[in-house]
Amino acid sequence: MSNLLEIRGLAKRYDDRLVLGPLHLAFETGETVAVIGRSGCGKSTLLRLVAGLDRPDAGTVSLAGRPIRPDDVAIVFQEPRLMPWLNVAGNVGFGLKHLPKLERADAVAEALDVVGLSEAATKLPKQLSGGMAQRTALARALAVRPKLLLLDEPFSALDPLTRAGLQNHLGEVRDHYGPTILLITHDMDEALALADRIIVLDGPPGRIVAEFAPRLPRDIKRTAPAFQRWKDRLIDVLGPAQAPAGTLTKLEDHRHAV
Amino acid sequence: MTDLAYLPGLGAARKARALPPSVIGWILPLVLVGAWEAAARAGLVRSNHLPAPSVVALTILHLAQSGDLTDHLTATLGRLGLGFLAGAAAGTVAGSLTGASRTLRLLVDPLIQGLRSVPSIAWVPLFILWLGIFEASKVALIAVGVFFPVYLNLMSGIAGVDRKLIEVGRAHRLGHVELIRRVLLPAALPAYIVGLRGGLGLGWMFVAAAELMGASEGLGFLLVDGQQTGRPAIVIAAILLFAVLGKLSDIVLARAGQALTAWQDTEGAR
Repeated sequence: MSNLLEIRGLAKRYDDRLVLGPLHLAFETGETVAVIGRSGCGKSTLLRLVAGLDRPDAGTVSLAGRPIRPDDVAIVFQEPRLMPWLNVAGNVGFGLKHLPKLERADAVAEALDVVGLSEAATKLPKQLSGGMAQRTALARALAVRPKLLLLDEPFSALDPLTRAGLQNHLGEVRDHYGPTILLITHDMDEALALADRIIVLDGPPGRIVAEFAPRLPRDIKRTAPAFQRWKDRLIDVLGPAQAPAGTLTKLEDHRHAV
Repeated sequence: MTDLAYLPGLGAARKARALPPSVIGWILPLVLVGAWEAAARAGLVRSNHLPAPSVVALTILHLAQSGDLTDHLTATLGRLGLGFLAGAAAGTVAGSLTGASRTLRLLVDPLIQGLRSVPSIAWVPLFILWLGIFEASKVALIAVGVFFPVYLNLMSGIAGVDRKLIEVGRAHRLGHVELIRRVLLPAALPAYIVGLRGGLGLGWMFVAAAELMGASEGLGFLLVDGQQTGRPAIVIAAILLFAVLGKLSDIVLARAGQALTAWQDTEGAR
């Protein structure tokens, strides 16, 4: 596979304090890369720089050997951030105004179908549950058919059941659209279940301290020994403080069971 | 559940709640009109100071039958409409620009706030000098009154738009104009409608002021005419017409606003 996204010497300062980098990273086309690390280590800063929402103080981000163009990237934030005056279909089509009407309607319908919201197209954001709103945000990002999909802890504000459902949806999205995905997350389970590669950041200033390529089967159960072994390795790198509540106990239980 | 309707206060409160809100609002004015009519008929008030409501109603009827009422209403509504459109348009442009650009806000807003402090009546001599004593100066005065609430509400509405929504617009690489049109203005719409309603209220106040200062027709002219000819029924008729038309125009604007902002997840939007 060829490199789609290349990050070279990327660095960011806030008030003369280096918060990220210099960072070097390369993503293969169609790869899902999870960036995991403690709060404040620079994960979201990395995503904002790649998205073009902030300007780097040094370094470059290139896509297929050229600067990133506006229509290359789409982003899903931690909160849905839907325009409250637009219905679901209007929100999903928010980034498609440049398309002819019919083409736009097709792209919206397809994205809604992928996230399972075709029936909710005419609903207003105030009528949606948290999970539906975040699925709408995901559909909005997918509808522009980005080469690079940036996910900034997109499921962290949801209850565990909804989160698991959306993680499955993301798997379907990857199969359907095949974008390269940069996933920022706190959740080790999420990173292991979804990512081809996991990058552990530490900081500030944010720097890569470990890199794993678990490439676990898509349908692997989270209680499977292979899944838990990778989780152990992540905990070793991140430190117990980063393990979500209950994780260590579950691991101990698992070890006893084995 | 225990039935507490036998308690006198609770029973009455329940009946009041059962009435539509629009009906509840009519209760007090109707009671006052009834009391006023009774007081006038009993000779408790002097008819040359406060004629009975029935006399005022007859005066309005005569004005309508003679065609004068249509002329006066057309004149007032025409001035108000033009002044409102001009003031709202200027307020919309200035409010959008200063709301969207911090630099422009720092540059322009202090000047506008300073001008806002000038009493409206102080503009009259200048407008008469510049625009003459006819329609243009009156419309300009009304526009000044409408401008400030529209400007202020829109500017603060835009400046207060959720940064996260703006970021979504930026993530979709919207340009300045597109960001204003597709994110800032819709998000600021509830505040803008409040500004338009405030502006329309001031527009009614200013149209009366403008017509009081010199007009040959209009509801404000009726006020002056009634006073100078010693006909309080005409004065009260004009006051009542101002009240009814002002309220009706506000209802129209409020209803349109409710329909346009039904997307809000607020108690008022339910």
